[in-house]
Amino acid sequence: MNQPAETLPPPLHYDDALVAGVLKDVRTIAMVGASPNWVRPSNFAMKYLLGKGYKVIPVNPGHAGKEIWEQMVYAELGEVPGPIDMVDVFRASKDAGGIIDRAIELKDEKDIKVIWLQLGVRDDAAAARAEAAGLTVIMDRCPKIEYGRLFGELGWCGVNSGVISAKRPKR
Amino acid sequence: MAEKKTAPDGPHEFGFETRSIHAGARPDAETGARVTPIHQNTSYVFEDAEHAADLFNLQTFGFIYSRLTNPTVSVLEERLANLEGGRAAVCAASGHAAQFLAMFTLLEPGDSFIASKNLYGGSITQFGHSFKKLGWTCHFVDPTPEEFQRALAAHPDAKCIFLEALANPGGLIVDLEPVAEVAHAAGIPLIVDNTLATPYLLRPFDWGADIVVHSTTKFLSGHANSMGGAVIESGKFDWAASGKFPGMCTPDPAYHGLTFYETFGDFGFTMKARAVALRDFGPAMAPMNAFLTITGTETLALRMDRHVQNAQTVAEFLESHPAVSWVSYAGLKSSPWHTLAKKYLPKGAGSVFTFGLKGGYQAGIKCVETVELFSHLANVGDTRSLIIHPASTTHRQLSEEQQIAAGAGPDVVRLSVGLETAADLIRDLDRALAG
Ligand SMILES: Cc1ncc(COP(=O)(O)O)c(C=O)c1O
Repeated sequence: MNQPAETLPPPLHYDDALVAGVLKDVRTIAMVGASPNWVRPSNFAMKYLLGKGYKVIPVNPGHAGKEIWEQMVYAELGEVPGPIDMVDVFRASKDAGGIIDRAIELKDEKDIKVIWLQLGVRDDAAAARAEAAGLTVIMDRCPKIEYGRLFGELGWCGVNSGVISAKRPKR
Repeated sequence: MAEKKTAPDGPHEFGFETRSIHAGARPDAETGARVTPIHQNTSYVFEDAEHAADLFNLQTFGFIYSRLTNPTVSVLEERLANLEGGRAAVCAASGHAAQFLAMFTLLEPGDSFIASKNLYGGSITQFGHSFKKLGWTCHFVDPTPEEFQRALAAHPDAKCIFLEALANPGGLIVDLEPVAEVAHAAGIPLIVDNTLATPYLLRPFDWGADIVVHSTTKFLSGHANSMGGAVIESGKFDWAASGKFPGMCTPDPAYHGLTFYETFGDFGFTMKARAVALRDFGPAMAPMNAFLTITGTETLALRMDRHVQNAQTVAEFLESHPAVSWVSYAGLKSSPWHTLAKKYLPKGAGSVFTFGLKGGYQAGIKCVETVELFSHLANVGDTRSLIIHPASTTHRQLSEEQQIAAGAGPDVVRLSVGLETAADLIRDLDRALAG
């Protein structure tokens, strides 16, 4: 670590079973902060998740009405048509709270079940509000990386998945 | 929906031996083959044009071409990352190639770094001469926290500290924890060559190191049948904090403007080492070598326990021998590094060490020529016991003064103690040292 440990909150731990369950159950993802620029991490994650069969709806007021990877971009969560299983937040930690509160407001209307904050994005207070409202919250993780890690692809580029198992993987 | 529950006692931590056998290597999904298959193969068929584009853009995980990734090599990469307690690893054709990949990913032309004086001789040459041609300057220092601190004060723009925690050949041990603090205070990573200790005896990340490099040629493969190397990152270094690593934190022209740290986070260094340095220079590990090294890692714990046990027995024998003037093995109470060994290497101080002969140069030559069981060659970390007289071989180009400074004076003999019956090794040395 090259930062004093005191300044960082303790790292978050999520059971593999929880994360794998979320990735298995979720079908529709609203990606807040999705970028049309292909070298941006959000664009990477969106392309990957589309490839894995998820419906990914980009939310970004700066690009509303345009398309990213052939998906219509909406200005804000409330405008996304139909239900949303998971809100995936690609915004700075300081902006996450407002998005989480909006997701809590829309929870019943949109049938939102999970809020996921990207790698490096964390707001413990807002997460507590969302959990109190019955939402599952995962912070400081990337769904692309977690999908790759738990379903065997991440080790292909030398990443330590932490998975130890003698079971034959399902094709 | 799965319920969020963190187990009260945290996740189960598998032991080192379990991870040595299983990490990275599940049964083959296609065939059920239990042993990792040797993918003796160069290239991989794309599903369609879009899949190909996604792979080239690094937007999905998968195989393109074995210079970048190979399914056998990636099993070894994940295993080594796991055993070191790191985030990710990239393998290379040799230990030297791994050092090159790490430095190429870190340094720009004109950059400098600080390295321990007590390194494998080949590393001293690589850093001091060949790297100079690439515009990288290495400042060598005695590997103490104070000397690293002084060197950083003199060279505040240095980009990393590089050292062998258990050094080849001298048996010297570096006080890692304060050196890591010195590096981090300057906002730069500590790179540790952990070849001689292996993650079974020492895990540098536990003491603050940020990158570990290996010559897997040695104890990891363990049977002297495969060249190889690896670079492993801890995943904990903040590449953005100091502003010293624009190569990690700004759009990379070598990869269409991708910013590696931002895109891949805690495995960004490994991705860049692979997608740029390995791609453009090409020192990939051969799949067959990865297979043999995977097999080697499965018995690492057993082998290292016996290596250090035999080394301790042989070192104690030599220390009491009348023809021997000194033995430099940190497992001996007489070693100046014995206290550090207890802290950093509680399971044993490795099995490579040097000793001095009262009879000087001629006695050294006689010793390596008389042994029957020790193999006279230039390697370490084999099941077989190995011996060399550096002054007449690896260090013969140097003046006597330079030889002594390098721990390779005329009287010095280096051993790599193997896994044979200890009594047989002692008998062999006793014969070779006799009058
Ligand atoms: C400590 C150490 N580092 C690096 C190397 C270089 O590794 P390789 O020979 O695999 O290139 C060696 C080889 O002897 C070594 O002993």
